[in-house]
Amino acid sequence: MRLPLSWLLEYAAIDVAPDDAAGVADLSRRLTACGLEVESVEPVGHDISGVVVAEVLDVAELTGFSKPIRYCQVSIADGQQRHVICGARNFTAGDRVALALPGAVLPGGFEIGARKTYGRVSEGMICSARELAIGEDHAGIMVLPADAPLGADFVTYAGLRDVVFDINVTPDKGFALSVRGVARELAISYQVPFTDPADVGLPADVAATSPEVHPVSIEDTTACDRIVLREVRGIDPATPTPLAMKIRLARAGQRPVSLAVDVTNYLMLELGQPLHAFDRARLHGPIVVRRAQPGEKLETLDHVVRTLDPEDILITDESGPISLAGTMGGVATEVSDSSHDVVIEAAHFSARGIARMSRRHKLGSEASARFERGVDPQLPPRASARATTMLAALGGGTVVPGCSLAGEEIEPVRIAMAADYPDQVAGLVYGLETVQKRLREVGCAVAHMPGSAADRPDGAGAGNGAVAVGVEVAVPIPDAGPADRRTRPDHGRHDRPGLTLLVTAPSWRPDLTDPADLAEEVIRLEGYQDIPVRAVRAVGGRGLTRRQRLRRTLSRALAADGYVEVICSPFTSAGDFDRLQLPAGDQRRQAVRLANPLSDDEPLMRTTLLPGIFRTLARNLGRGFSDVSLYEFGMVFRPKSGAPPVAPILPVDRAPTEQEVARLGAALPDQPLHVAAVLTGNAEPAGYWGAGRPAGWQDAIEAARLVLRTSRLTFSVRADRHEPWHPGRCAAIVIGNEQGQEWLAGHAGELHPRVIAAFDLPARTSAMELDLSVITTAADAAGPVQPPALWSYPLAVQDVALVVPRAVPAADVERALAAGAAAAGDVRLESLSLFDVYTGGQVGEGFKSLAYTLRFRAPDRTLTAEEVRGARDAAVAEAARQTGAVQRGGSS
Amino acid sequence: MSAPNKAYDPVEAATLSAGELQRMQADALAAIAAAANLDELKTARLAHAGDRAPLTLANAEIGALPPAARADAGKRVGAARAAVRAALVQRQADLEAERDRRVLVDEAVDVTLPWDRPMSLDGARHPVTTVGERLADVFVSMGYEIAEGPEVEAEWYNFDALNFPPDHPAREMQDTIFVAGPEPGERSGKVLRTHTSPVQIRAMLTRPLPLYVVSPGKCYRSDALDATHSPVFHQIECLAVDEGLTMADLRGAINAFVEAMFGEGLQTRLRPDFFPFTEPSADVSMQCHVCRGASAKPGGEPCRVCRSQGWIELAGCGMVNPRVLVACGIDPDRYSGFAFGLGIERSVMVRHGVADIRDTLEGDVRFSRAFGMEA
Repeated sequence: MRLPLSWLLEYAAIDVAPDDAAGVADLSRRLTACGLEVESVEPVGHDISGVVVAEVLDVAELTGFSKPIRYCQVSIADGQQRHVICGARNFTAGDRVALALPGAVLPGGFEIGARKTYGRVSEGMICSARELAIGEDHAGIMVLPADAPLGADFVTYAGLRDVVFDINVTPDKGFALSVRGVARELAISYQVPFTDPADVGLPADVAATSPEVHPVSIEDTTACDRIVLREVRGIDPATPTPLAMKIRLARAGQRPVSLAVDVTNYLMLELGQPLHAFDRARLHGPIVVRRAQPGEKLETLDHVVRTLDPEDILITDESGPISLAGTMGGVATEVSDSSHDVVIEAAHFSARGIARMSRRHKLGSEASARFERGVDPQLPPRASARATTMLAALGGGTVVPGCSLAGEEIEPVRIAMAADYPDQVAGLVYGLETVQKRLREVGCAVAHMPGSAADRPDGAGAGNGAVAVGVEVAVPIPDAGPADRRTRPDHGRHDRPGLTLLVTAPSWRPDLTDPADLAEEVIRLEGYQDIPVRAVRAVGGRGLTRRQRLRRTLSRALAADGYVEVICSPFTSAGDFDRLQLPAGDQRRQAVRLANPLSDDEPLMRTTLLPGIFRTLARNLGRGFSDVSLYEFGMVFRPKSGAPPVAPILPVDRAPTEQEVARLGAALPDQPLHVAAVLTGNAEPAGYWGAGRPAGWQDAIEAARLVLRTSRLTFSVRADRHEPWHPGRCAAIVIGNEQGQEWLAGHAGELHPRVIAAFDLPARTSAMELDLSVITTAADAAGPVQPPALWSYPLAVQDVALVVPRAVPAADVERALAAGAAAAGDVRLESLSLFDVYTGGQVGEGFKSLAYTLRFRAPDRTLTAEEVRGARDAAVAEAARQTGAVQRGGSS
Repeated sequence: MSAPNKAYDPVEAATLSAGELQRMQADALAAIAAAANLDELKTARLAHAGDRAPLTLANAEIGALPPAARADAGKRVGAARAAVRAALVQRQADLEAERDRRVLVDEAVDVTLPWDRPMSLDGARHPVTTVGERLADVFVSMGYEIAEGPEVEAEWYNFDALNFPPDHPAREMQDTIFVAGPEPGERSGKVLRTHTSPVQIRAMLTRPLPLYVVSPGKCYRSDALDATHSPVFHQIECLAVDEGLTMADLRGAINAFVEAMFGEGLQTRLRPDFFPFTEPSADVSMQCHVCRGASAKPGGEPCRVCRSQGWIELAGCGMVNPRVLVACGIDPDRYSGFAFGLGIERSVMVRHGVADIRDTLEGDVRFSRAFGMEA
């Protein structure tokens, strides 16, 4: 909301001049401090000099140039005449104009000199509105009123020196989308008198109706609870809008159009009430406010023909829709340069109805922005009266006395509030006087709830308000002026009965509905700087959960292992699923679809982290890095099969039931947390010491193992086939527990060459992706760590080499050895490690040799050689049984 | 050959003459001095002090001298041998010391040579993660617990329960990405959460009172990506619901947080703002942690971090709107609450002087590596 200082000062009696930088800064600070954040303070008109009011004496048309050019004789004052060249044609001899003399400076530091052009010397320039930064109009020069004093400094004459505040009005503060609202806030801040522009220049009886005025009725009171029409007849449509009004409109960001439209816009800015001007001659029969009927259409002022929705709120006449209510008028009834009789419409429409209509038609306007945020329902009779009065005075017409009115009296909102409720919110004692004063300043009527302090020991009187949430039983407040204000000693609530205030909110503050709203008014006007700081109280938290700790530990483990954490885009597409070579029925193809994605190319939420991290890898490669290992923690989104397609909107006046919460949960997708890693180039860097070690499938699987090991889970690595991995180089990571249950944690290995090609990655790029929700759930289920008994009898070490068919996984051999050793009495296999893998002539084609070190220990004795051999043989025998292993060298 | 004490053989005894002994001693000393290393000294020792050395042989000749001459000759030979021994010991010591010196010199290396042959590359965590953990830990240390929620969220949690009325322009403050409905144009009742505040609702519905939680997480808005806006970003917010909480408690929590995260003694400032789920609402600025407000004073050095404003906008906050408590089944006559939230990317940018939010999104390894394991 852009508003010039001069306009605000018209209604708030503040003594600050536009060139008083300190005063302006203070005013800006005060606006921000009361909740009207000033985004910019723009001094205007200060950079213009040397522009005077001049009269055009004679116009000579020059010919022979590419465009028509005028050579004008102008007079500044008696005897002072000059000649200027001008390309505009919208003036004649006798018009008064703004003339920039040689030496003049225009906005932007643009200096005017005497110069020769079009074969003549031009002693200055006749200015357009745009050249003076008071409008966009550059079609012609600005013709001034005939009474503009000749020779006067134009800046002074037009009051151009001003300051424009751009205020960011939050959605709750509809009242601040007007001079009226902002000036009232300023008057409170400065504690100076405020003149309500809604009370200025009204007829004696604003509510008087008259059959002379165009008739109106409301068909649907949920759409509109009040509408007022007034009429002006016989205006001269060619009357120019007064310069001062044009300047204010321009400064507020409105384009001057015509007198009737400018007056309605001007009053909308001043009062906050959107108004519409109809050409009376183009109306057919009575005006009716109603919802749209099926198939109706309306061409709005932006020349778009709109198909109307049955929910749309319309102004109609017998011809059909003539205006999208509170949003935009229709072309057919628009005032034009031939409109002599004008009907002014002012109404109070449903905020929600206008909001929905505006969104539906993707059509926001100054009017709809105000209705959505709440307009004063008492304004329509007043604003319309001011409009007709102004229009008649300026345009030479006659006001038809009285109005035509439909709708109902709108009851004000009454709120019961414990008198010390603001104190309880702020943690500060304001005192009854301050609370009442502040509420009255914003326009509330404040009364004491009868009997609330004395007769109602239960304080139940507080429940009488329109909305009683937050109302508390209160103690009588000692009156505390600003001087002896003190911090409340206990910050708590009180169990003794107290005074309840019955507060009637002003009609212009539809945002005031609850005690909390009233408390905020008191607190913000008294100032947030007064709120004390209370030291943090210790509360009994339990710290991070095991899952939360584990997540941090896993992240550190991967980083310590050389992976760099990245945060990738969570958006994806069916194309990504194709690039991943996912088969048609793959669960990962079932994705959450967005209604309004950031990019139409990526309308889905990710079901796997891989495409995002592949792209991030490619970006790093593109930036010249060749050895890159990345990891990401992030949610993936998997729609539940059979889930209800729509999540219900539950009521908010009570807590939802368990069933209702369950219905919400059922409609949401599963959102497990995943971890993914990808790596390419060298896993161990090359250097002057020699070659590096290329990253490969082993590293990706080791990254997965690292996650599982760090989670202290029992797991196995199994050969698997799973897209997007290389079918011969893909491992499934499976968590198991002692009860024999198993959970798939994820996959790791080298990527399929087609996937590598599709994502434009280097050959042999490897990756892993694990479901951390599965992992942390399993880790959470595991009890506390039970460390082994630390037996101190000597260790017995045995090496065995086993020959197995090449297809037998080492993990199977290892598992069989361990099982066999475990069955061999009270000898414990303390550890088992693979120290050699051999394939070659000595073990025969299609076989491999796996060499293990087995370490045995007993709790209570030194193992004999016989016992150790026995345990080893038991292990080997089990491996032979399960995997067909044959001990190499045959010593058994 | 001579025989002991049998006869005085002047030829043989010539080796015991004073001149001859002196010459032998001089030869020995010269050889010892000339030995350039321990090997040469060993040769010299054999030649001049070994069993076949002239002085050793001369010593053996003493017995052949007449008894009267023995004492004198013995004294002279003994002196010469002692001198040679002393020279050997001294030279041995010198040469050993020199050898030790040389070994240490020879073995010296360029300790500045890079030896980054690690078993892995340089890993790192993302600062949004590590700063997010630090932010959360400040609250955890005050006794808050970390609460989490889904990113695809029901509209009711994201808006309605937080007192965003249907169709109210407050909803437009947050450019929402909606989940598609069953048919084009139909609503799904689901959104990508626009803030972490729905976790407040989930916490209030499920956790016992009093309630102190902090919720970090990813949020989504259909903002255009530029230097300060990202459609995907992270927020963290705290929520306290207890008996008797006031704005004074809110300010206390904010101050404790700012001091822990940005530095002791930094002032904070509240200014009115609007969030549907808090009433009153405020935005929080803190004194610039770099210039501590000096840049905004007359004559102050310009400050890049706060653009010489002296203050940095950091967070939004307020007292939980009683309507939100009602929607969560909490009695607003008994309980009050406050909430306080900020962007994690913004915190990273403010704390670490990052000018462009896109640096946090691109996944360039240089960015995370600059932070390492902790931020």
